[in-house]
Amino acid sequence: MTRDAPARNPANSFQDMILTLHDFWSANGCLILQPYDMRMGAGTFHTATTLRALGPEPWNAAFVQPCRRPTDGRYGENPNRLQHYYQYQVILKPSPANLQELYLQSLVEIGIDPLKHDIRFVEDDWESPTLGAWGLGWEVWCDGMEVTQFTYFQQMGGFDCKPVAGELTYGLERLAMYIQGVDNVFDLNFDGRGVTYGDVFLENERQMSKWNFEVADTDALFDLFRKAAAECRNALDAEVPIAAYEQAIEASHLFNLLQARGVISVQERASYMAQVRDLARGSCEAYMAKEADRWAREYPEWSA
Amino acid sequence: MSGTDFLLELRCEEIPARMQAGARADLERLFRAEMDAAGVQVGAITVWSTPRRLALIARGLPQATEAVSEEAKGPPEGAPDAAIDGFCRKAGVTRDQLTLREVKGRNTYFAVIDKPGRATRDVLAEAIPAIVRAFPWPKSMRWGEASLSTESLRWVRPLSGIVAIFGEDLVQCAVSGIASTYATMGHRFHHDGPITIGGAHDYAEKLRACHVIVDHAERQDMIRAGAAKAAADAGLTLVEDEGLVIENAGLTEWPVPLLGRFDEAFLDVPPEVIQLTARTNQKYFVCHDADGKLANAFVCTANIEAADGGARIVDGNRKVLAARLSDARFFWEQDRKTSLESHAKKLERITFHEKLGTVADKVERVARLARWLVEKGVVNGADPDQAEQAAQLAKADLVTEMVGEFPELQGLMGGYYARAEGLPDAVADAIRDHYKPVGQGDEVPTAPVTVAVSLADKLDTLRSFFAIDEKPTGSKDPFALRRAALGVIRIVQENGLRLPIAEGDLLDFFADRLKVQQREAGVRHDLIDAVFALGNEDDLVRLLARVKALQEFMKTDDGANLLAGYKRAANILRKEDWLGLEGEIARTGEEDPLALVDDPDLKAVVDAKMAQARAKELSYTPEPAEKALIEALDKAGPTAAAAVEAEDFAAAMGALASLRAPIDAFFDSVTVNDADPAKRAGRLDLLARFRDAVHRVADFSRIEG
Repeated sequence: MTRDAPARNPANSFQDMILTLHDFWSANGCLILQPYDMRMGAGTFHTATTLRALGPEPWNAAFVQPCRRPTDGRYGENPNRLQHYYQYQVILKPSPANLQELYLQSLVEIGIDPLKHDIRFVEDDWESPTLGAWGLGWEVWCDGMEVTQFTYFQQMGGFDCKPVAGELTYGLERLAMYIQGVDNVFDLNFDGRGVTYGDVFLENERQMSKWNFEVADTDALFDLFRKAAAECRNALDAEVPIAAYEQAIEASHLFNLLQARGVISVQERASYMAQVRDLARGSCEAYMAKEADRWAREYPEWSA
Repeated sequence: MSGTDFLLELRCEEIPARMQAGARADLERLFRAEMDAAGVQVGAITVWSTPRRLALIARGLPQATEAVSEEAKGPPEGAPDAAIDGFCRKAGVTRDQLTLREVKGRNTYFAVIDKPGRATRDVLAEAIPAIVRAFPWPKSMRWGEASLSTESLRWVRPLSGIVAIFGEDLVQCAVSGIASTYATMGHRFHHDGPITIGGAHDYAEKLRACHVIVDHAERQDMIRAGAAKAAADAGLTLVEDEGLVIENAGLTEWPVPLLGRFDEAFLDVPPEVIQLTARTNQKYFVCHDADGKLANAFVCTANIEAADGGARIVDGNRKVLAARLSDARFFWEQDRKTSLESHAKKLERITFHEKLGTVADKVERVARLARWLVEKGVVNGADPDQAEQAAQLAKADLVTEMVGEFPELQGLMGGYYARAEGLPDAVADAIRDHYKPVGQGDEVPTAPVTVAVSLADKLDTLRSFFAIDEKPTGSKDPFALRRAALGVIRIVQENGLRLPIAEGDLLDFFADRLKVQQREAGVRHDLIDAVFALGNEDDLVRLLARVKALQEFMKTDDGANLLAGYKRAANILRKEDWLGLEGEIARTGEEDPLALVDDPDLKAVVDAKMAQARAKELSYTPEPAEKALIEALDKAGPTAAAAVEAEDFAAAMGALASLRAPIDAFFDSVTVNDADPAKRAGRLDLLARFRDAVHRVADFSRIEG
């Protein structure tokens, strides 16, 4: 292989691993997007996944999405768990026939030789009640470690996916730890020149864990939740579903923060989740409703 | 055997391991149904599966189906032309090919339709798409461009190829744009590009050459043997696990068991936890050392023959397991920092059921009941304080970190934690085993404290849910009450516990469970009904003894004949609407006219009435057989009653047996429906007395045969 750009070194650099994936998916027809500028629990929440999974238009995109899971914070003391980490998302709609081959090729690119490492597709169906979404697929194992979630979306926002999108979610830190042979995430070589993941994120994990678990003003969080929910409805009334969806994401994250603060009882939990689900689904419905006529015109064989 | 072999391979992305056995059976069933419908004789069929393919080989198929000719009846002569032409079109004949025959006095047209034999290859070409479309996957999906419509093909994961070869000829067909070919794919990593298959004869071997063992049974054997050998080579013994063998065979096309080691320090964690982590999260086998203790080793099953012998694979798997085990050890250490008693306090915050309060409330009820069971002597040999304590702590592990992570360890972990904090063995064992028996093959507790807690827990669950009318219906049993009832039955039986088990609906529920359970032990359900129908039996041990004696009795000549006599008597009484002496008293409108006779308040009345009736001289001279029956009843009645009282059910049956000859003789020589109303009444009364005597032992009207 020849390349004009400087040689990537994914085996020794977290950022080179990401850049290698960008190179690969860009070469395979994906838009390379940037992270969504909001706090969210998973890359699937990015509008490039959720909203673009709806409707008939082809859509191929790849991006890194920072994910926040407040309850997973361990004050930087656990070698595997973080409240903030990265997912690499690829969404290909319609799902291409060679999606598995493309994915395996991407692993080779970042340095995983499938004749030295045991790669397996183990049944794992994905469901997000919050998004009214589900799909069938696998968790991909590399020597027994889950490195990717591989899903064929069947429904999103309560709607059948027509056509079906294939979604890949790589756990970047895990993959990098594996490739670099590192047992502690904070020891990862970030740039191949000695800056570690810990240099970048350790203090962040300490402070954010403390804030998530101990400091965040719960009255303010409850208030913000109510405001996000209200704003979502306001945006729905004004027929701006993308803005509504952003507020659903916001409400979802605020709910996660309230969970981490331990102020939502088991009984209340279900009710909060139902509220978030209704906001997200309502936004998806409104998005569909707004686009449906155009889609039906441009894709005669498609129907909502 | 002559005939031609057929090979079908349906290739797709990885099929979940748990679905493969079902898919093999479905493939064979659907194939047979299609061939059957087309009239193709099918002999032996082999089905195989790997994660990436389902294969079927049908041996010795004919080249074509046999020709058949069928006659079709048309309209009568003189029918309108349109009707006759229509018939011809439908039958595919011309008018001059019709024949006329008389049917019920009218000349009617007939057509002979010759159905020529069809080439089997054509039949197969139609059958394959039909099989694919009808395939009943437990969960299926759409994919790719075609999924723009929800009508697109559904399969378990994207379907990618079809190989269909009849003899050496391709069976041409296509499903959803996937056309049949001679080509398949080998192992995902060990082989590049397509492989051309010649037919059923070379399929398995060609795949083998490309690192695919298509026969799942062979892969299972390889895993069984390979894992055992890997363990033996390390001086260890594999802990056999057939579920893991099948699952790993369903995850691999070229299985290679590899042994790895984990840090010995993790062995502080209870072995069940290690085994469960290894098994459920990672699908690894575990091993025992020479002393039969869990060793610090695991066996994983790779899907490749790695160039380095698997060293890197083992090392990767070791790291993953280490991370899992560190979590487990962390839980094990955290949980023990708090006593079970303190853990149990947290149960106050967990709702058991919205109408039944918290888990802490339930625990309190169970503790009281467990103590009562011991103090009342239902459960012997237990210390009531220990029974109460064990019950109070039995659910505490539900709020521990470990059980939160591995719910299937409930009970077991409580037992470990109890022992670790120095509680008596009897208490720790009871906490550990109080959920038992869980499944059918599960052992039934016999240690007294455990028996008390286990029984109390299940009885409380049953009584509580029945009290709020949450009973199982049809296939719905969300609170597993059937299992709880079966658990109670088995504990009571195996420990010979004597207690009134329940009343009302719950007793009926136990009766149903008992019938299901006893069916497998060969006990007739109608005999259980016959005893339950007496209405006063809530002691399962006594009930089963009674049923057992009854079943033995029904096997004898006397039993069978007595039943016949009983049925005859009951029929006559029913036809005559004769309620008899007791009927006068106990006419309650209930199904069982004797339902109230056992009411102690009524007993005196009944007895007085009976004595009075018997004292009354018959107004006529009874015939000899009639007299003999009266005397036999005078003797058998009290004997049977006394035997039942003494729970000597064999003797009770013996007393009934003594009625057999007299009742037979009575029916042989005495006319019930005598012209003399006094005789008729006397004899009907006598039959009623006979029926009632039999009912003291069991309700024979419920007995089949």
